[in-house]
Amino acid sequence: MSIDINADKQAADAGMSTAPQPDKYDAGQSALGARGWLRWMWRQLTSMRVALILLLLLSLAAIPSSLIPQRSVSPFKVSEYFRNNPGKAEFYDKLQLFDVFSSWWFAAIYILLFVSLVGCIVPRAWAHSKALRTKPPAAPRNMERLPAYATWETDADAADVLAAARVQLKKRRFRLAPSTDSLAGEKGYMRETGNIVFHIALIGVLLAFLVGKLFMGQGGKILVEGSPEGFANSFTQYDDFQSGALFDEKEMEAFGFKLKKLDQTFERLGTQKGAPRDFEATVEYWQGVDGKPKTGKIKVNEPLQIGGTKVFLLGTGYALDITVKDSKGKVAYQGPVVFLPQDSNRTSTGVIKVPDVSRGVQQIGFDGIFAPTVSLDPNKGWFSTFPSLDSPALILTAYHGSLGIDTGVPQSVFRLNTKAMEQYKKDDGQPWAQVLRPGETEVLPDGSSITLDGVRPWANFQISKEPGKEVALYSVIAAITGLVLSLFVRRRRMWVRATAGPDGRTVVEVAGLTRTEGGGLGQEVQALVDDLRASAPVASSDGPASGAAPKSAEAEGAAKSVAADKKDED
Amino acid sequence: MPTITSAAADAAETVNAVNENLAQLSNWFMYSAIAIYTLAFFAFCAEWVFGGRSRVAQQSAALDEVPVEVPAQAAAPVAPAATLAAAFGSAEPAAGAAGGGSVALAERPVVVVRDAGHDGDAADDGGDVTGGDERSDRFGRIAVSLTVLAFLLHAGTLLARGFAVKRAPWGNMYEFSASVALMVVAAFLILLTRRPVRWLGIFVLLPVITTLGVAVTVLYTDTQQLVPALHSYWLWIHVSTAIVSFGALHIGALASILYLMKDSYQKRMRAEDPKRRPWDTVMERIPTPASLDKTAYRVNALIFPLWTFAVVAGAVWAENAWGRYWGWDPKETWSFITWVAYAAYLHARATGGWKGRNAAYLSLLAFACFLFNYYGVNMFINGLHSYSGV
Repeated sequence: MSIDINADKQAADAGMSTAPQPDKYDAGQSALGARGWLRWMWRQLTSMRVALILLLLLSLAAIPSSLIPQRSVSPFKVSEYFRNNPGKAEFYDKLQLFDVFSSWWFAAIYILLFVSLVGCIVPRAWAHSKALRTKPPAAPRNMERLPAYATWETDADAADVLAAARVQLKKRRFRLAPSTDSLAGEKGYMRETGNIVFHIALIGVLLAFLVGKLFMGQGGKILVEGSPEGFANSFTQYDDFQSGALFDEKEMEAFGFKLKKLDQTFERLGTQKGAPRDFEATVEYWQGVDGKPKTGKIKVNEPLQIGGTKVFLLGTGYALDITVKDSKGKVAYQGPVVFLPQDSNRTSTGVIKVPDVSRGVQQIGFDGIFAPTVSLDPNKGWFSTFPSLDSPALILTAYHGSLGIDTGVPQSVFRLNTKAMEQYKKDDGQPWAQVLRPGETEVLPDGSSITLDGVRPWANFQISKEPGKEVALYSVIAAITGLVLSLFVRRRRMWVRATAGPDGRTVVEVAGLTRTEGGGLGQEVQALVDDLRASAPVASSDGPASGAAPKSAEAEGAAKSVAADKKDED
Repeated sequence: MPTITSAAADAAETVNAVNENLAQLSNWFMYSAIAIYTLAFFAFCAEWVFGGRSRVAQQSAALDEVPVEVPAQAAAPVAPAATLAAAFGSAEPAAGAAGGGSVALAERPVVVVRDAGHDGDAADDGGDVTGGDERSDRFGRIAVSLTVLAFLLHAGTLLARGFAVKRAPWGNMYEFSASVALMVVAAFLILLTRRPVRWLGIFVLLPVITTLGVAVTVLYTDTQQLVPALHSYWLWIHVSTAIVSFGALHIGALASILYLMKDSYQKRMRAEDPKRRPWDTVMERIPTPASLDKTAYRVNALIFPLWTFAVVAGAVWAENAWGRYWGWDPKETWSFITWVAYAAYLHARATGGWKGRNAAYLSLLAFACFLFNYYGVNMFINGLHSYSGV
């Protein structure tokens, strides 16, 4: 009995899902041979179960990257880690735990996953393309065993009922397959189409991501407000630069820009006093070799697009305009010096290197702390209490000797190498230290002098070009569309049968079937039945055989056995 | 000491001003909402307690053992208003439709729906908390009313905050938690207008009250303006979709937990001499495992595309703010992990050997990832998403 029902139902069900069937090969079979084994492995790899395990492995493998510093995200933290735990760091490095996303094991998982995906989706796409060209199967013999079923008797002609059903199903945009006494309709092919589109789009996202990583080039540049020398997009102009393996320097776009003005506002009140509220950089930029200068604005969330390159505002700070005269009275240094913020109130540090002094005079180096709103704490020393220039001051000590610049060894512009230098001392032998406010000049013990001419803000720009962004975006849009279709469209079939009954009346049967979860099949069949009644009114009941009630009761008995025969969906 | 006072700074003060009255009002709303949610919770408790004493409940518990086929319910599509009325009013399932059907039978052929595994219409048994007890039912109605009231106050909290600072009210962890809790309740109430899920109320209020409690004690932040990184319309798009996803996924996780418990309970009951557990009185009154599993799936599947969109919107925003759309920042990494975990759940549900309990474990694992992505990443891991304000 139950076998009969199954066979009947399978026919009605045929081709409704292209999900891969569970593997019928047994791993223990000895006579497989090499080809057999390959076949078996391929089947395993493309099975849903292995895909599932790979998905879980992929998320598991991503976890370390959030707990251990990553070279690609913060190389500084990685070197710090090496300093603090050399043994452990060495071990982690061997396991590529500082480069999770470029490690061989992470790559192995996602490559296997995508191979599995392709191996699964290509046959499914093929099967689906065939299903799209196939008519829905004819009505099963025992329609009352289908998940949604209704029947009634009518005085209308069978052919007229079927014609009406045809109109109704067509209106509902079902694909139709008529036969002599029945009509089959199917709808919801977009479910599988969406599923396939989603998975193919994921491949698109991956490829776009990889292309972006290979061809990208990005770097940072600090510009001081109002400085006449701006930035021109060439490799040498960057403060730092990272690029992908296939980045071509010659492809860099010709453009440049200057920072005209930088507006900054900070929270003045409450517990978040000092927190940044708004940064706005006004720049003058030009495109092409002789492009006309244009004015643009860059904010934190509003980058400036120049050609295919985007310029982002990443950080800000203060630069000090300094003039240094050596002991012979020659202006040995003049210009802005960038100080780097050390805390949220912009207590900043920086150095001033004065190599170009008069003949016979030692080079000078200054080590300074700058506070935009200065305050002195007995324990902390000089520090800033607010990030705006409310009460700016520069606290300096100075050295003389050799800066070590001429040795050819590259130096940081933010650190003073005092190996070959001596600190200036006051008459009492204490180190020379002074507080300078804008406009003030201090004279060093040897007669040289330093003037703080003014304070200007600087902005740190990130200039980046990452091809493949658009492809990634379109792929993702396609993926979400496919996902929505594959989750919310229901694939279903409906059948209407109209046959002449023994009493001369026409027996109408309507049934629906879906393999998709989610409600609504009952309502949908009911709506069809209600619409069909107009053309096939229920015959007035004068005998027990007409009317739906007894049929329903009988069907209910069958329902339990159908529910018991669970179907495998994979 | 000479002091430079810039005019720009004064101007900034007026721009960044926070409406303190509204901010205060928001806090009062919050405390009232928590108090009323707690009252609602007790009212739900009373519903369960009184319902449990009823003899009818004991009998219906026995019936509950067999997967229920409800062909009648599909006979006439139930209007949403009818179930909402049932939630506020009688808890009895809208079975009246079947009675009325006998009159209409001659005129209107009735569709028989079966095979609960493939059609939701048949599988929606709403649980039976009250067991026909009138007092229990009255408490259930009171509980739903109180929940609605608390929900309105709760929404008022966020509205007042939003107007106080003239921005989206989800700029720090306190506001985010409050919004998520609001969405959990919203998801429950929306579900309640469509299906008889009053039995779920007591379980929904647990995470809601906990989340709000943590929000006001640990995460509380004064009404403040935002750092420049958050000045973007993407705050409305990216964060709001994340909030709706997170809130609704609470319901999915709850359904999975209850599914696992009910499933164990039924297995236990099938034994020769079943051992009784104190919570069995709850277990026998919640819906069948099939129905709970289906609820979990429906919620998770409905939210998965939205969560995908939230992650993508975040990537687009990241491209705007930081110059790259994906940089494996801890928040991005954990969003990815969560997304993959939910994808695994959706696959598991269609894979032999993974259906049922294993899929439910995956649903919980994925939700745990989401929880960690919020609390763990924001509070214990340093990344670019450090906006907690704590």
